[in-house]
Amino acid sequence: MLRLTSLLGVFVLLTACNVQPWVKPYERANLADPVMSFSRDPAAESYMHHVYDAREGARGAGVVSGGGCGCN
Amino acid sequence: MEQVSFQVVVVAVTRLSYFFVLGLLALLCTPGMAAVLAPDRADILYHAYDGGGVEVNGPSILVRKSIGTSVSAFGNYYVDNVSSASIDVVTQSGASAYTEERTEYSLGGDYLHDKTTMSLAYTSSSESDYEAETTSFNISMDMFGDLTTVTLGYALGSDIVRSNADLTFEDTIDRRNYRVNVSQVLSKNSILGFIFETITDEGFLNNPYRSYRYLDSGSASGYSWAAEVYPRTRTSNAAALRLRYFLPYRAAVYGGYRYFDDDWDIKADTFDIGYVHPFRENWLFDINFRHYSQSSAFFYKDLFNAADEFIYQGRDKELSTFTSQTLGLGVTFEFTKNNWQYIDRGTLNFYYDTIFFDYEDFSDLTQTGYPVGQEPAYSFTANVLRLFVSIWY
Repeated sequence: MLRLTSLLGVFVLLTACNVQPWVKPYERANLADPVMSFSRDPAAESYMHHVYDAREGARGAGVVSGGGCGCN
Repeated sequence: MEQVSFQVVVVAVTRLSYFFVLGLLALLCTPGMAAVLAPDRADILYHAYDGGGVEVNGPSILVRKSIGTSVSAFGNYYVDNVSSASIDVVTQSGASAYTEERTEYSLGGDYLHDKTTMSLAYTSSSESDYEAETTSFNISMDMFGDLTTVTLGYALGSDIVRSNADLTFEDTIDRRNYRVNVSQVLSKNSILGFIFETITDEGFLNNPYRSYRYLDSGSASGYSWAAEVYPRTRTSNAAALRLRYFLPYRAAVYGGYRYFDDDWDIKADTFDIGYVHPFRENWLFDINFRHYSQSSAFFYKDLFNAADEFIYQGRDKELSTFTSQTLGLGVTFEFTKNNWQYIDRGTLNFYYDTIFFDYEDFSDLTQTGYPVGQEPAYSFTANVLRLFVSIWY
């Protein structure tokens, strides 16, 4: 299954070498606006993930942060 | 358990290799606009958390500076000043309120080559009874006409756990993080993010100060306490999808969902939604809502029938069945001025979040007069403040 998926991925990537971007560079003004940033303020967002990580069982798929929790 | 963890790690590594091959192939594809390094910036933040008898506050200073055109370095200094009289320490036998300080330093750098950015970072965290070191490596590639960014990440963590109540106690934790992050431009007004992360731990994973509760007819209260025992391995998977959409009048809505599960039988769902609204030239308002729910770990119980009833026994509320809701508000004021020699612009920021925790099977033992095992469920509200200045130069 993994081999088949890998082959499919390689095929998609090789054909994608000729993909033309459907959003042209001059059409990306809205995307470049700070309101569209996934992480506008990294220090502040990292802190909120730390607050949740220390108090919830779930973890990961957020911003990367270091170990230690100050919660013993 | 270790066999299962090993298999999951092999799958994770296989997946990582697979995505790495995809990334390398993509790197050989069409040239386009080059990627850019993060801008030179400094953040000085004060954070404060207050809830459930716990107060945590302190500063965080993050500075990023480019060196030449292809390298950007950053450093972060972070402090947690903790003062805790949480329900765990006021109700568990032998525990007492405490104060603690945790200091964390991070150093790292990004190297940009054409459309690829490689990042290396080191973090060290220290408190009186806990030391943690994390080294992480990320490689990020822009592809498909720069509409897609793929990031692969790996982190290696090594912790030392001690106990101030037993100075002879010392144990370790080894941790690995494997992460894939894909950011995809959908249209000129929308962008999608997908993150998958597997984390594996091995070592002393419980809190050395916490105890579980078990029925004891010989005790006046009807129950007694014994030291928790957790499994020594844990493997978790989390997958998150995030979307942002630019509205016609220059504002944005955003939302996301994260699914989590692990081999401790914890399953969790996280939903969040928000709205960012600029006002006049300099103001930015952000309002958001987050809902979180989780099921309990297989070895969690509010009240065990006996001491040593099972191999693993824990009563940490973080491992119980509970929900939380967060309501967040943020205000940003941007200031720019001509003729500042080194500073291009800056922002003043105020963010305030209120979190409501509601536990389903974790009893509030501060409530007296109830039969053992029939105490009301615990709940509390926490307030989180982030006050910071950001400067671009």
